[in-house]
Amino acid sequence: MIKKNKLNLSYEGSFKENLPCYIMLAPFALLFILFLVLPIIASMVLSFSEFDMVSMPKFTGFANYFRMLFDDEVFLTTAKNTLVFAVITGPAGFILSFILAWFLNEFRPGIRTVLSFMFYCPALVGNAYYIWQVAFSSDSYGYINSMLLSMGLITEPIYWLRDSSYVMPVIIIVQLWMSMGVAFLANISGLQNVNGEMYEAGAIDGIRNRWQELWYITLPSMQHILLFSAVMQIATAFSVSQLPIAMAGYPSVNNSVDTIVSYLSDAGTVRYEMGYASAISVVLFLMMIITRNIISRLINKVGR
Amino acid sequence: MAAVTEVENGTALPRSNIFKRIHERYSSSVSQSKRYTRSRAGNICYICFLVFMGLFSVLPLIYCVTTSLKPLDELMIFPPRFFVSRPTAQNYLALPGLLSNLRVPLSRYIFNSVFVAVITTVLYVFVSTMAAFVLTKSRIKGKKLMFSAVQYALLFNTFTLAIPQYLIFSYLKIIDTYWVYMLPHIASTMGVFLMKQYMEGSIPDVIMEAARIDGAGYFRIFAEIVLPMVKPCCMTLMLFGFRDVWAAVPQGTVFNESLKTLPAIMTQITAGGVARSGSAMAVTVIMMLPPIIVYMISQSNVIESMNSAGIKE
Repeated sequence: MIKKNKLNLSYEGSFKENLPCYIMLAPFALLFILFLVLPIIASMVLSFSEFDMVSMPKFTGFANYFRMLFDDEVFLTTAKNTLVFAVITGPAGFILSFILAWFLNEFRPGIRTVLSFMFYCPALVGNAYYIWQVAFSSDSYGYINSMLLSMGLITEPIYWLRDSSYVMPVIIIVQLWMSMGVAFLANISGLQNVNGEMYEAGAIDGIRNRWQELWYITLPSMQHILLFSAVMQIATAFSVSQLPIAMAGYPSVNNSVDTIVSYLSDAGTVRYEMGYASAISVVLFLMMIITRNIISRLINKVGR
Repeated sequence: MAAVTEVENGTALPRSNIFKRIHERYSSSVSQSKRYTRSRAGNICYICFLVFMGLFSVLPLIYCVTTSLKPLDELMIFPPRFFVSRPTAQNYLALPGLLSNLRVPLSRYIFNSVFVAVITTVLYVFVSTMAAFVLTKSRIKGKKLMFSAVQYALLFNTFTLAIPQYLIFSYLKIIDTYWVYMLPHIASTMGVFLMKQYMEGSIPDVIMEAARIDGAGYFRIFAEIVLPMVKPCCMTLMLFGFRDVWAAVPQGTVFNESLKTLPAIMTQITAGGVARSGSAMAVTVIMMLPPIIVYMISQSNVIESMNSAGIKE
């Protein structure tokens, strides 16, 4: 028996007919709602309350937000640090992962595979920053310190991770080291699949050099991948927290590398100020969504 | 005569040959440099940049491996040397002993890590693929809304959602269980997103139609037709899922020492200072290997399937 004409695009079919679809979607949908949608809604609601996980939440209006903005210098410092990380490592990671992929695209496939593995490796291995902890270790056994000492550039070891003027750049370097991740792979793949005929046509239409080719052909045909890669970089840049905690401790000296995420997990899971932590989360979500939409606009302007 | 044959050759040239020529031009450095020549200074910058970035990426990892093989006296040399002159495995062999004061043996951490990573990865790939299939090929209500929610949720990872997720964990009473490692990672939207985008381009409706006409239900279509066709993307999800859960450090949700995974022991070992740095590097090397192996297995599939990863707005 032949079923209904399936080329019809309207939402047809009874619930019973679609039941297998619902069953197959259910595990993901349930977890998605439970661990993504619900948390976001819960933190929006709780951000207007005082909640310590023991007694019932108490409605306090905008008190948490006022406290954050006018009464909490540590929060303002962490917000500033997060923005500095985001503004530096976000774009730098985004541009680097594109440029490297673009450069690698000129190599033969075999070499390209090896090189892309090399660049992807730091992001692949995850928590390998212990290496940098040793390299930037504060005593003279630290690799960087001993190198500078033996070259005579410094006379005594620098406290890289305990000195508020050095610790930020150090963390930024390590963060960049780990930033050739998913976005980098997507760029490599996208560049390989730019339609070759477009370049031929471009050459006939008067494209004269690499830069023009990049701007008028390569970038526009990779727009979707670029947006994906930007979203990935925003997600990482705003959630930097494990790295500074592991390298400089929490709280770091003068809070110089504490980020919003490390501050809010302190407020939540250590001090149990869930209402306040939720308010901080909401601010973080807003910052990320706004950044994402601005970037999305910018990427749509590429090649015009 | 010559001109005629040239024209004939030109017209008779099969399409695949044209693509091959273009491909050669764009994939080998020799022929591309004939097309748009870079200035000599440009070439020097290009090579320098690649070499610098390559060293920056790889040297720390190599240093990690060499240090993990150093005997104690070489660890204490000043200034520290990059390479090892008398490699030894003693740092690796000493690991179980270093942890003996924790009452939980090293093997337990390794078991937890492997157990959690394997189960989570398998479930993640399976759950995401099923959901992506429904979001691509079914005609149920609300699937567009769901997918745009998924696309937006790509922004939020387990770090930014730490606190609200913690509330859910404590409400579900699953703090201090294996679930806190598994559930949030299975819910990660990256899998569904990548898989849905991949399916859009790789499973023609015609095949679905044919299967329906033959009387196959959604389950059979999924298991027998779709799964084999999306294998490259499954490998990609496997890589990302494994990588994330392998490196995950739960934020204040696991207190029971016998449920902790390998990343948790790093802090205990590194507390020992220079003398322990060899062992700490050894742990780092052990932690590094599994993701590298998974990448080696899935590498070609990953590059192939990531092309469809674009976000369309």
